[in-house]
Amino acid sequence: MALVEIRDVHKTFGKTEVLKGVSLDVEEGEIVTIIGRSGSGKSTLLRCINALESVDTGEIHVEGARVHAKMPDLKKFRQRVGIVFQAFNLFPHLKVERNITLAPLLTGRIDKAKARALAEDVLTRVGLADKIDAWPEQLSGGQQQRVAIARCLAMAPHLMLFDEVTSALDPELVGEVLKVMEAMAKQGMTMILVTHEMGFARNVANRIVFMHQGRVWEQGPPAKLFANPETPELASFIASAK
Amino acid sequence: MNFLPLWRYQNQLIDGAIVTLELTVIAAIAGLLIGIAGAVALKGRIAPLRWLVRGYIELFRNTPSLIQIFIVFFVLPTFGLKIPAFQAACVALSLYFGAYSVEIIRAGLDSIPRNQVEAGQCLGLSGWQVFRHIVLPPALRNAYPAVTSQFVLLLLGTSLASQVATDELFHVAGFIESRTYRSFEVYAVICVVYFAMAMSFKALFAIIGAMAFRWPRRR
Repeated sequence: MALVEIRDVHKTFGKTEVLKGVSLDVEEGEIVTIIGRSGSGKSTLLRCINALESVDTGEIHVEGARVHAKMPDLKKFRQRVGIVFQAFNLFPHLKVERNITLAPLLTGRIDKAKARALAEDVLTRVGLADKIDAWPEQLSGGQQQRVAIARCLAMAPHLMLFDEVTSALDPELVGEVLKVMEAMAKQGMTMILVTHEMGFARNVANRIVFMHQGRVWEQGPPAKLFANPETPELASFIASAK
Repeated sequence: MNFLPLWRYQNQLIDGAIVTLELTVIAAIAGLLIGIAGAVALKGRIAPLRWLVRGYIELFRNTPSLIQIFIVFFVLPTFGLKIPAFQAACVALSLYFGAYSVEIIRAGLDSIPRNQVEAGQCLGLSGWQVFRHIVLPPALRNAYPAVTSQFVLLLLGTSLASQVATDELFHVAGFIESRTYRSFEVYAVICVVYFAMAMSFKALFAIIGAMAFRWPRRR
């Protein structure tokens, strides 16, 4: 059974049908990159996977459990699924250490004595161990995004979702964030990314999913998809993204 | 002009100032709790509760607080609820301060972006944990300047409690005036006392604010 199973998901905002029957499986350890034009439903699909949005019809299963906003173990479920946002969303009133340890402490994952060690550990993994006592506002965008990734890692998630995590960054800061994500990929983390970074999609992903007009239009391994797109929509998207 | 006759009343003046401070602090704390609870209710999903809070805010912000104090002190006893003057003033002033606090705190809560809430939810925190640890601290910081200036208005407004014979500063002044006939001197003195108390609170709030809200502001 796949780690994530998405079956014929529909989602409408007002009069706009954003997802028009999306089905997708993601296996454990897989790195899946979702690409497509803005408005194609990529981010909405990602937000449905951890119940930030509810689906209208269709079903999403993660680790065998059906995902929806009223699921009984929603909090426990979200601890297993990390999500990193475009806007970082660090808590401005908490230092880096507390940003990372707040949720593990409040959810009883760790006790106080181990909190700082946990923060040090995950910060080391994103290369920011020296920033443990900084305020988020004192960090660059790239550093803030790496702290946001570390904050997710502290929950030891089984699945990581990345929602255009480099789109708000200055070009020279994109690389440091992608490097961290590449390292996570090498360690076997299951990852689903929405991204405009075609280089990253090509080099790191196991599979590319091209979404168009609320549907999975075409998918496959990056080498094949980028070299021989089957649909004219993907071909024109790849041409425009270059 | 002669301030000397007032000298023997210094203990009464100090006692009056203390009662004024008690009224202010009690009403401020109770009102602030009302404010937080009311703001949460206003943002909540229970419509009748929202209407109730709305009605309360409009009622207390659009009527004289002197009449609010009178109603608690004079009118409630006719329904069998007899409250001593000081307590009546506390209740009325708490409700008065609470009505303003609800709107101030609500504006503070509204200033916190939705994505902060989502970030908390996505880390597996409960609704209460998100509110308490993620939304409330920065919301209070944003509301803090308005709360403190409202607090000073409350401090000055406690003088209305004199009208139900609470022994606060203004009431004491009336008593001293009736004994000494030194109207100008008495009111000049308590004016200085009010001013000193208000300025002291402003300084105190600046210190508390600097200690409580240490994180850097968004650039």
